[in-house]
Amino acid sequence: MAKRIDVGGLNAYYGNHKAIEDISMTVEPRSVTAFIGPSGCGKSTFLRTLNRMHEVTPGGRVEGKVMLDDENLYGPGVDPVSVRRTVGMVFQRPNPFPTMSIYENVAAGIRLNGGRVRKADMDAIVEKSLKGANLWKEVKDRLNKPGAGLSGGQQQRLCIARAIAVEPQVLLMDEPCSALDPISTLAIEDLIGELKEQFTIVIVTHNMQQAARVSDRTAFFNLAGVGQPGKLVEIDDTARIFSNPSVQATEDYISGRFG
Amino acid sequence: MSDVTMEQPQVADRAPQPRSSLRQPRLPRWAPPAVAITAAAVGVAIGLGAGLSSRIQWGLIAALLFVLGMYGLAARVEGRRQAKDRLATSLVWVCFLIAVVPLLSLAWETVGRGSKVLDGSFLSHSMSGVLTIQPGGGVYHAIIGTLEQVGIATAIAAPVGLLTAIYLVEYGRGRLAKVVTFFVDVMTGVPSIVAGLFVLSFWILMLDFGYSGFAGSMALAILMMPVVVRSTEEMLKLVPNELREASLALGVPKWRTILKVVLPTAIGGIATGVTLAVARIAGETAPIVLLVFGSQVINNNPFDGAQSSLPYYIYEQWAAGNEASYDRAWAAALVLIAFVMILNLVARGIARWKAPKHGR
Repeated sequence: MAKRIDVGGLNAYYGNHKAIEDISMTVEPRSVTAFIGPSGCGKSTFLRTLNRMHEVTPGGRVEGKVMLDDENLYGPGVDPVSVRRTVGMVFQRPNPFPTMSIYENVAAGIRLNGGRVRKADMDAIVEKSLKGANLWKEVKDRLNKPGAGLSGGQQQRLCIARAIAVEPQVLLMDEPCSALDPISTLAIEDLIGELKEQFTIVIVTHNMQQAARVSDRTAFFNLAGVGQPGKLVEIDDTARIFSNPSVQATEDYISGRFG
Repeated sequence: MSDVTMEQPQVADRAPQPRSSLRQPRLPRWAPPAVAITAAAVGVAIGLGAGLSSRIQWGLIAALLFVLGMYGLAARVEGRRQAKDRLATSLVWVCFLIAVVPLLSLAWETVGRGSKVLDGSFLSHSMSGVLTIQPGGGVYHAIIGTLEQVGIATAIAAPVGLLTAIYLVEYGRGRLAKVVTFFVDVMTGVPSIVAGLFVLSFWILMLDFGYSGFAGSMALAILMMPVVVRSTEEMLKLVPNELREASLALGVPKWRTILKVVLPTAIGGIATGVTLAVARIAGETAPIVLLVFGSQVINNNPFDGAQSSLPYYIYEQWAAGNEASYDRAWAAALVLIAFVMILNLVARGIARWKAPKHGR
């Protein structure tokens, strides 16, 4: 299921503004890779280039290549829609579909793609996904209630269930816990630990303890100044990044001596 | 303010705690209605005393007295900031009354006069064979005309308007979108008679078709389209971008995202917008006079021959100028208002039924 991501010489732009410059890295399968760095350094932009969501933004454009195993996501003839089916995404703010029930939200990825699935099979997929997102016990008696009626933490887990229901190879998470309380955060962190058995996970976070807790490898991004493009400073095993990073800037950022 | 300064030493004598600066004298809750009643009474008295004949003048004097009275009273008792607050509040109330009084009197008048001849026979008979000076006759042919003309106009304008709005919000970038927006704005300002003249010269004079309900529908569609585009555009813009991204990130193609996520989320507002547009064109008379010609008999076929419609019927009966026709005009006005009202209720029903759900 899980695939390796190999990024080479990637630049991303908003119109004429270069947001990230010359990023190359490898994301290992069945592991958690965390992106840390100051606001505006292009972590989220880079994350969105990994499933071609960057170009959804007006003016958004990408140069370079992103290899998913041996296929270039930006190669000629690649359909962004099928890329996004392979590389799922969870957003910063929980965004369940307000017109749909909990059940329909989880089924949305399949149903909106026009998949004809028998009721019993769909029930099984929904149950499996909700169990995968540790939400099943809380919602199994009210699957037909609106998804927007859940608490923030539950909504975010519903969004994770929705993302894993389409069985992607890779799961991208853009600050999935920044709008949540510590208990919901813990629930999601535990979940990330379980999900990495099956998926390749990339998570953007501002919380360095979180990066240290959940990730196997950590990438530090930084930008030279306002208006300058963000760059990858280094990527290494999380333990090494947090104990003995090879670049001074990383150590400064992690220890709070930033600037 | 004076009460406060008088109380202060007493409080200080009794207990050493400092005077609360958070508490201030307030007008009692019955003060605004009391001032309003007083102002109304004084307004009537001044009106009678000065021999002003117009009730509107009495009302305006009372309104002015109310606003000034509230301000003065609040300034004396509560202080300047509160007085300004009271001033704004009373102005809002006065404006609300000024807006609502004509509306209510219109409804009152229409219901009062219209219900005189409004009965089953009025709704189910045409004016065929009825002289305008005779009582009797009915509005059936006009209802048929309005329903068919407005229905066809909606069938043309709603899809075109909806798709235009979707283009502008979801796809439109660059020059074409700007041009479309510009022309939609221009179309919003087209007077109904101009739309009627356009269809008249194009459809009836150049292409040589006869008068028909359909010709009227085309003019109504021209009037309706920009309203639908505008309201739908606003509603689609209200759909949070996060929902689109959530759907796209699931690997859903853009057109399905629009169809299954964006439109259902906005459908309540879109339905309301379309209904308001329908309500706007249901009352149009000018294009009907030019293009549908008007008729006294039932014509069920909107594509051939003259028809009537409710606004045209009202105009025609009023122009006839006698008691029986006035009664019919008012009754038809009541029917028209009821028609628009029912449409509004339907739209609200759809909006409530389809609204994003938040229950637990």
